[in-house]
Amino acid sequence: MKIYKIKLVFIAICASVLFAQCDDDENGNVIMQETCDDGILNGDEEGIDCGGSNCEPCVGALDFSGTYVQEDIMGRPGINTVFSGTDDVKNMFNTSLVTDRAAFQPTFEATLEAYHDVYGDALGTPIDYETNILGFDAVTFTTVLAEFDALQVSPNGPTSYYDPNISGAVLTGRTLSDDVIDISLTLMFGGMSGTRFDGNNDTPQLTSDGVDSGDRDFSLPFPYLEPPIQE
Amino acid sequence: MKKTKLFAAIMCSSLLILSIVFVAADHIDAPAVAGTTTDIADLYAFEGDNPNNTVFIATLQGPLTPGVVTENAAFDEDVLVEFNIDNTGDLIEDLVIQAIKRGDSMYFFGPAQPAQTGLSSEVAVFSERTAVKISDSTDVQIVTNNGMSFFAGPRRDAFYFDFNRFNEVISGTAAPDGFLPPGTAEDFFEALNVLAIAVEIPNSMLGTAPQHIANGIGGVANLAPSYNVWVSAKRKQ
Repeated sequence: MKIYKIKLVFIAICASVLFAQCDDDENGNVIMQETCDDGILNGDEEGIDCGGSNCEPCVGALDFSGTYVQEDIMGRPGINTVFSGTDDVKNMFNTSLVTDRAAFQPTFEATLEAYHDVYGDALGTPIDYETNILGFDAVTFTTVLAEFDALQVSPNGPTSYYDPNISGAVLTGRTLSDDVIDISLTLMFGGMSGTRFDGNNDTPQLTSDGVDSGDRDFSLPFPYLEPPIQE
Repeated sequence: MKKTKLFAAIMCSSLLILSIVFVAADHIDAPAVAGTTTDIADLYAFEGDNPNNTVFIATLQGPLTPGVVTENAAFDEDVLVEFNIDNTGDLIEDLVIQAIKRGDSMYFFGPAQPAQTGLSSEVAVFSERTAVKISDSTDVQIVTNNGMSFFAGPRRDAFYFDFNRFNEVISGTAAPDGFLPPGTAEDFFEALNVLAIAVEIPNSMLGTAPQHIANGIGGVANLAPSYNVWVSAKRKQ
């Protein structure tokens, strides 16, 4: 009797193991084509639905450990390159937090005024920055650039770096087609009218670099960018 | 691009690393990162073709001349690229979308609340993970997962700028004329490439946008509620 019971238990265990294996194998159905989401180890997979030539590498095989430390950072285009002035300041900016930039404002303001001095010297008359089309004086403008260096991105509505002609599209992000250089130059040199130094009336042309996007195609679907230029 | 112009572009690129002239938008922006795999060229963030989505694009390691330089350019397994999204208005990242290369693929994590904010990061392995094979010039790989789309690979630089003239303008050698007129001005980046990382994500995954940070400053008012967004490149220690 005892031996019979033991035999029964043994058979039950074997059966359960067998069934468990069968579950893994879709109850013994013949798999015609292995895929990376069929829940079984097949093809040249190294684990269930991972590794091999077709599937994503197995989790255990990938190492994402470690600490990563900031070497470069960017919000608005050209801020560090245009306003930081010296190599040391540029390096410091790239390794700083967005919330820790108050110390950069005086440098930014001095750089902005130095650009005006170049033309003051050339024209033989003092030229200073004038409050721009956003109503920002020199201190306010350079404070915003230094201390708020992020793209403001509106999730509801059209995107434009700065386009007062599109309702609701002022300072709402940056599209691929936005002429961020002309906008930046206008904010730096355009004064309240936006046309202070626009090349007319014997003024230097400082509000547009004279180039547009040329033959670039900005109508493509995701990822929106064009294929690389070939040689 | 004519070969003479291309040669000039290559020469300028080389000279830039050795000189203090400016390159915008963020291309080769500072000596410590110029020419390295953490060097960010540009950040774009805009409403997607589906207006319920926002697109984030970072470009790196630009400018790359066409041909061998572009073909040999590669993402670095030691570099973590992060899109940082502040949805509370304090300029501290509340969400990150991370991208890091392993093997022939780019692995994306997030959007996730980072374990720590600031200058140091860890990969958010606890969050949603998506792998996309890194594209080349002809083999474009896009993966969609959970409403998000992902891409990584070389692309044409979308940035346009007469940057050679800009350097003359700010150094005074172009004074008193300033910039050149259309037709004479030249777009330095017209035929150059970059390495791009692109993510399109439903706005519902980004939280509610805070009040626009520039509202009430100077003459600015009534701007649309907006996230604050920046991109960072971080190297494994």
